[in-house]
Amino acid sequence: MSDFNHRVCPATGLRIHKSAENLIKANAVVAIVFLAVGGLFGLMVALTRWPGVHLLPADWFYLVLTGHGLDVLLVWIIFFEMAVLYFASAILLNSRLAGPRWGWAAFALMLVGAIMTNVAVLQGNSSVMFTSYVPMQAAPHFYLGLVLFAVGALIGCFVFFGTLVVAKQEKTYKGSIPLVTFGAMTAAIIAVFTIASGAIILVPTFLWSVGIIGNIDTLMYKTIWWAMGHSSQQINVAAHVSLWYLIAAVVLGSKPLSEKVSRMAFLMYILFLQLASAHHLLVEPGISSSWKIFNTSYAMYLAVLGSMIHGMSIPGAIESAQRARGFTNGLFEWLRKAPWGNPAFSGMFMSLVMFGFLGGITGVVLGTEQINLIMHNTLYVPGHFHATVVAGTTLTFMAATYLIVPLIFQRELIMKGLARWQPYLFGLGVMGISVFMMGAGTLGVPRRVWDITGADALIKYDYSGAAYLMMGLNGISAIMAALGGLLFVIIIVGSVLFGKRTGDKPLEGMTMTTAANYGSDEHPKIPGTVVLVAIFFTAFILYYFVNWKYLAEVWPLR
Amino acid sequence: MSDAEHSNPPDDENERIPAMQQLLDNPFLLLFLGVVMPTVFYLIWGIMEIISIPIAK
Amino acid sequence: MAITPPPERVWWNIPIARTEITWIVIAFAWGLLMFSAMIYWHIEGEQNLSNESYRTTPAAFSEKANAMVEQYQVREEAGMPVVHPPPGSDVYMIARLWQWWPILEFEKDQTYRLHLSSMDWQHGFSLQPVNINLQVHPNYDMVVTLTPNESGEFGVVCNEFCGIGHHNMIGKIYVTE
Repeated sequence: MSDFNHRVCPATGLRIHKSAENLIKANAVVAIVFLAVGGLFGLMVALTRWPGVHLLPADWFYLVLTGHGLDVLLVWIIFFEMAVLYFASAILLNSRLAGPRWGWAAFALMLVGAIMTNVAVLQGNSSVMFTSYVPMQAAPHFYLGLVLFAVGALIGCFVFFGTLVVAKQEKTYKGSIPLVTFGAMTAAIIAVFTIASGAIILVPTFLWSVGIIGNIDTLMYKTIWWAMGHSSQQINVAAHVSLWYLIAAVVLGSKPLSEKVSRMAFLMYILFLQLASAHHLLVEPGISSSWKIFNTSYAMYLAVLGSMIHGMSIPGAIESAQRARGFTNGLFEWLRKAPWGNPAFSGMFMSLVMFGFLGGITGVVLGTEQINLIMHNTLYVPGHFHATVVAGTTLTFMAATYLIVPLIFQRELIMKGLARWQPYLFGLGVMGISVFMMGAGTLGVPRRVWDITGADALIKYDYSGAAYLMMGLNGISAIMAALGGLLFVIIIVGSVLFGKRTGDKPLEGMTMTTAANYGSDEHPKIPGTVVLVAIFFTAFILYYFVNWKYLAEVWPLR
Repeated sequence: MSDAEHSNPPDDENERIPAMQQLLDNPFLLLFLGVVMPTVFYLIWGIMEIISIPIAK
Repeated sequence: MAITPPPERVWWNIPIARTEITWIVIAFAWGLLMFSAMIYWHIEGEQNLSNESYRTTPAAFSEKANAMVEQYQVREEAGMPVVHPPPGSDVYMIARLWQWWPILEFEKDQTYRLHLSSMDWQHGFSLQPVNINLQVHPNYDMVVTLTPNESGEFGVVCNEFCGIGHHNMIGKIYVTE
C-alpha cells in the first residue's frame, strides 16, 4: 500500500489516512452546527411550554418544534454517526477508506437534503412535526430533502461496509474486527433497514405531495414510517454503546470482560432491536395483540437482554481496569478515583447511568402493550426519549468529541476548566428535562401542545397545579441544558479553530496509563459493578410493577 | 494502546474457528439477518394485519 | 482492548465468568416474565384493547353518529349536543378539526361500545384525568368497550398534533351515578 496520504497517530501507532480523516472532520463539524441550531429550537420549545413564560405564538411554536425534532433527532445524530462509522472502520482497522469519493457524495447529499428540509420548515408551510403523519401535508421539498438525506446516509453505510472488505483484503489487522468496530457495524446494519424503510414510505409521500398519488393509508404510513423513525433511534443505541466501550478503552485502557458476551449482546441488537418500532403502534386500531406483544417486546425482550449485558460489561470493564491500576479498596474506590475531571469520561459514565436508569427502564415500561394505554402521546413519551437520545446518545457524542478534537483535529482543548464542568451542566439539565416531562405526562399533559390552559377553547379542561409546576421545572432544566450545549459548541468550535496544535502528544491529560494485562487472570472480580447492577435491577422491578398497579386503577376496557 | 496484549501465546493456527465466531466475523451475513428479521416480523406481518381489517357494516 | 482486534485468534471458546453468566440468566428470565405479563393481563387483567376495528369512511361514520345524537340527545352545552345513550349500546364520537363531537353522558359501572374515528387528520383521544390514551385515524372505526367506574366530569384532550388549533381540541364526557 502507498505510504502517501496518511500520518501515523503518535498516541496509538495507527495509520490515519487523510481521506478518512477529512470526512470525519467534515461530518463532525456539520453535525455540531445542526446541534446548535436544533438545540436553540429546543430551548424555545421548552420556554413556550413553560406556562409562566409562554414565549412563542402558536404557529411559531409548531414550526420550531418540527425543526427541533428534525435537526437534533435526525441531522445532528446521523452526521455524527457517519463520523463514527468512518472512524470505527478506517481508523481502528488501520486501513484506507473504501471509495472516499462516495463518502463525499454521501456528505453532499445529506447536507443538501438537511438544508432543503430545514428551508421547507422555516418557510412555514411544513409544520407537520418530525413524524409528518398523513394526511397532514408538508411542502414537497420537505419530503424530498428527507429522501436525499436518507440516500446520502445509505451511501455512507456502504462506504463503511466497503472499508471492512478493503481492510480484510489488505490484511490491515489480524483476526476479528475490534469490538468497537463490531458495534459500529451493528449500527450500520440497523441503519440499512432504517433508511430502506424511510425510502419505501417517503418516496410515495413525496409523490402524493406533488399530486401524483391520490391517497396514502394512515395506518400503513405510520407502520412503515416508524420502521424508520424508531429504528433510527436504535442506530443511536448501537452507536453510543460502541462509544462507551471506546471511551473506556481510550481513557482507562479497559478491556472487555468477554469478547463473546459483548458481541452476542450486539447480535441481539442486530436481530431484535428494530422490532421495537411497534412501540408507537400499541394503541392503534386494527393491529392484533399478537403482533403488538411480539414486536414491542423485541421478541421476548432479547434486545433488552443485550442492553442489560452491556450494562454489566461496560462498568465491569472500567472496574477491572481501575482495580488493575491499584484502586482495590472497598467496593467503590475504583469509581471514586475515576477520572471525573475528564469530560470524555464523566460524560460517558453519566450517559451510561442515565440511559440505563431513566431511559431504559421507562422505555420498557412505556413499551408494555397495556401500560402504553396510560402514557401514549403524553409528555411521558418525550420525557423518556430525552433520556435515551439526549442523555444517552447526545451526551455520549459530546464525550467522544472531547477525544476526537485531539486525535483527529490534532488540537488541544481551549477553556479546559469549563470543559470539565460542561458534561455535568448538560447532563443535569437533561436529567431534569426527562424527569419533569415524564412527571407531567403521568399527570396527563399531552405532548406537542402549545398551550395547556385551554384559554381559547370552547370546552375547558384544568390540569392539576402539579402539572404546571412540572412544566416550569422543565423550562428551568432546559435552560441549564441549553447553557451546557452552548458551552460545548463554544469549546469545540474554539478548540478546532484556535486550539494549540497537539504535535506528538495528542492525548496528554486525556488518558491514564494503560491498564496492566491480566495475564492468566481472565475473569477479574467486579464486586462494585455487581452492586450497581443489583441496584439497577431492583429499581427496574419496582418501577415495572408500580405501573401495572397504576394501569389496574383506570376504567376497565376491552 | 500498547502491543502488550498481543504478547499472549499464539493460538494454534490450525484450531477450527467455531461456527458462532464465523457468523460474528461475517458482516454481510449479519447484514442479511438484520434486515430480514424486522422485514418479516415487523413490516410484512404488520402490513398483513392492516390489509385484513374488515369493512364496517 | 475494545479498540483493537481480540488478542486470541479463537476467542469464542474462552469461558464466561460466573458473575456474567449469572446476570445473563437472571436478565433472560426477567425478560420472559415481562413477556408473559402482557399475555397474562389479556386473560386476567381488565384493561386491554380488543383490537376490534373496521374500515369505514368519514361519511358512513358521521351518519351513524348523527343517528345516535338525534335519538339520544338530552341537552345542549357550548353549542354542542349532550347525548345520553342507553347502557350497552354503540356510542360514536367524532374527532375532527378541532373538536370531539358530541359530548357524551355515561352511567357509572355500565358498559358501552365506544366507536372512535376521525373526519380528517389523525387525532389522539386522551381521557383526563383518567389518562386513557388512544390513537384515532380517519377511515378506521376503533371500538373500545369501556366501563366507567367513577362518576364526574372528564376531559377529552387531543394528544396527536393536528394543526394550529390542536390545543383547543377539548371535548367532554360525563359519568352520572
